[in-house]
Amino acid sequence: MIALAQDPLRLDASAIDYVLLAVYFAFVLGIGFLARRSISSSLDFFLSGRALPAWVTGLAFIAANLGAIEIIGMSANGAMYGMPTMHYFWIGAVPAMLFLGLVMMPFYYGSKVRSVPEFMLRRFGTAAHLVNGISFALAQILIAGVNLFLLATIVDALLGWPLWVSLLVAAAIVLSYTALGGLSAAIYNEVLQFFVIVAALLPLTLVGLHRVGGWSGLVEEVTNSPDGAEHLSAWPGNALTGFGSSFLSVLGIVFGLGFVLAFGYWTTNFVEVQRAMASKSMSAAMRTPIIGAFPKLFIPFLVVIPGMIAGVSVSEMVALQAGENPGVDYNDAILLLMRDLLPNGLLGVALAGLLASFMAGMAANLSSFNTVFTYDIWQAYIVKGRPDSYYLNMGRWVTVGATLGAVGTAFIASGYSNLMDYLQQLFSFFNAPLFATFILGMYWKRMTPAAGWSGLVSGTLAAVLVFLANTFGVIELSGQGASFVGAGAAFVVDIVVSVVVTMFTRPKPDSELVGLVHSLTPRESRRAETTGEDAGWYRRPWVLALIAGVLVVALNIIFF
Amino acid sequence: MSANAPKPRTSPSRAFDIRMVIALLFAIYGIVLTVMGAFGSAEHIEQSAGVNMNLWSGLGMLAFAVLMGGWALIRPLKVPTDTDTDTGTGPGH
Repeated sequence: MIALAQDPLRLDASAIDYVLLAVYFAFVLGIGFLARRSISSSLDFFLSGRALPAWVTGLAFIAANLGAIEIIGMSANGAMYGMPTMHYFWIGAVPAMLFLGLVMMPFYYGSKVRSVPEFMLRRFGTAAHLVNGISFALAQILIAGVNLFLLATIVDALLGWPLWVSLLVAAAIVLSYTALGGLSAAIYNEVLQFFVIVAALLPLTLVGLHRVGGWSGLVEEVTNSPDGAEHLSAWPGNALTGFGSSFLSVLGIVFGLGFVLAFGYWTTNFVEVQRAMASKSMSAAMRTPIIGAFPKLFIPFLVVIPGMIAGVSVSEMVALQAGENPGVDYNDAILLLMRDLLPNGLLGVALAGLLASFMAGMAANLSSFNTVFTYDIWQAYIVKGRPDSYYLNMGRWVTVGATLGAVGTAFIASGYSNLMDYLQQLFSFFNAPLFATFILGMYWKRMTPAAGWSGLVSGTLAAVLVFLANTFGVIELSGQGASFVGAGAAFVVDIVVSVVVTMFTRPKPDSELVGLVHSLTPRESRRAETTGEDAGWYRRPWVLALIAGVLVVALNIIFF
Repeated sequence: MSANAPKPRTSPSRAFDIRMVIALLFAIYGIVLTVMGAFGSAEHIEQSAGVNMNLWSGLGMLAFAVLMGGWALIRPLKVPTDTDTDTGTGPGH
């Protein structure tokens, strides 16, 4: 995806920039060491002892997602499509995050499971557990490879280190802080990284706006650029979806992006859910994704707007919009804007922020792979019944193995020309069927264990079939279109197979499903406490979710 | 969390307050950037569309560091030493 031409992108980093970068990495490793001091059991290592406050887990929830794809990809989209890119945040993330907090979190947190596959085990038994555990572990290693590859590509482009050196250095740093401090170190670093990224992107956005003559200047410049008018309104976003009809485009954004893909990704992705599981009470767990929704509403202003500014003010980008070939592509938008605007000093902070965010994506993959592999595969099926210290130690070695695996998959990822398509493909294989099984299993107590695993397997197979059909030309769809159809097919096939299999197999007794199925869980155990540290209207999940919901609607109206 | 959970005890020794770490990092960044902005070359200012970016960002970071540090001082961290964490239980229990 990032075919970076060397010369235009080489940033003019000076000694002071390297010093600021080094200071940041000293802090990252320091947090690893400090977090290690408070680890005494495997629960501490894998779930941070369930002791973190909601604002920490909420920011980590967002930062774990604020990786290379988000910053590079979304600013590229901003330069290319303009305001419709906002849908990835406002429609494609926030509603699903609110749903996760209010509806699903009570079951995840309340059942005291340590991972999403463990929830599958309690609800559907071992077969579904094993299927989900293995597919999740596989997906994480593949995605960690993508993150590592992007990270190394950018280090290579910015600082001129060879790809394999950047790959190994980046892997070593991520490895050292996750192996030392476990999930706490990963989460604390995500919080730190969140602020550093904002510190880098906020001045860039403000000065960028200043340079093009403020908001009105940007509107004017964008209007005068090719296809400019469409860039300024978020709806209907035809260029983004690729649909000719505006009605289909809106439908595609709301149901395709907003429902199947977004809910599938945010509600079942253990990388995200794990951050909420680490919080210290039911109320804090429910608030985690809801607190995360607030920065998610405003991050696009720091990513998409700089992309749009780059589109009209960076000379190479203007040439690209005009159809020339200046040797860069849209993925370079934000890096080129940094090159043009940031002085030495602030450039160092920006480099630290970018590198930090790219490593965070990988660290998040590693820490969730760790938990699932150790608890759900190793402890459950391979080496059972050892003392806790054995699994804690095991977790550290699993991190080492996973990092080596990611270096391997990074080389696989380097063979793909468009990594966004590759990632969307993976989501359609793994997340869409899982979401279908979850929703059905949570609301339909009769759904049987056999239906659980067969639904998952057939849903994934359906998505793979769509992928193969598209690869071999049976159907003709663009890269993202194919994964959208694949996700839809996986969802529908999963539901149909689950319902049919349930008709012919025996359900679990009600007594085993308390806390896991909506109708069998008493209201009290699904409700968050409102006393002590969870008191106050501003700590009520519903109130916060309502405010976030109103903001989504307001932003959509303002930028209609 | 059950309603009759034991009242959490607190131990300052185990406390690791991320707010202080954030404040420290931004204090360092803020000082370096402010100094660079105050004594920087005019060339840098011209590059940033006539704005002294290092100076303003540096001052902003210092203000942020003071806010974070102040929050940590006014509302210090209370870490529950421990309640009944269910360590050592395998899945399926």
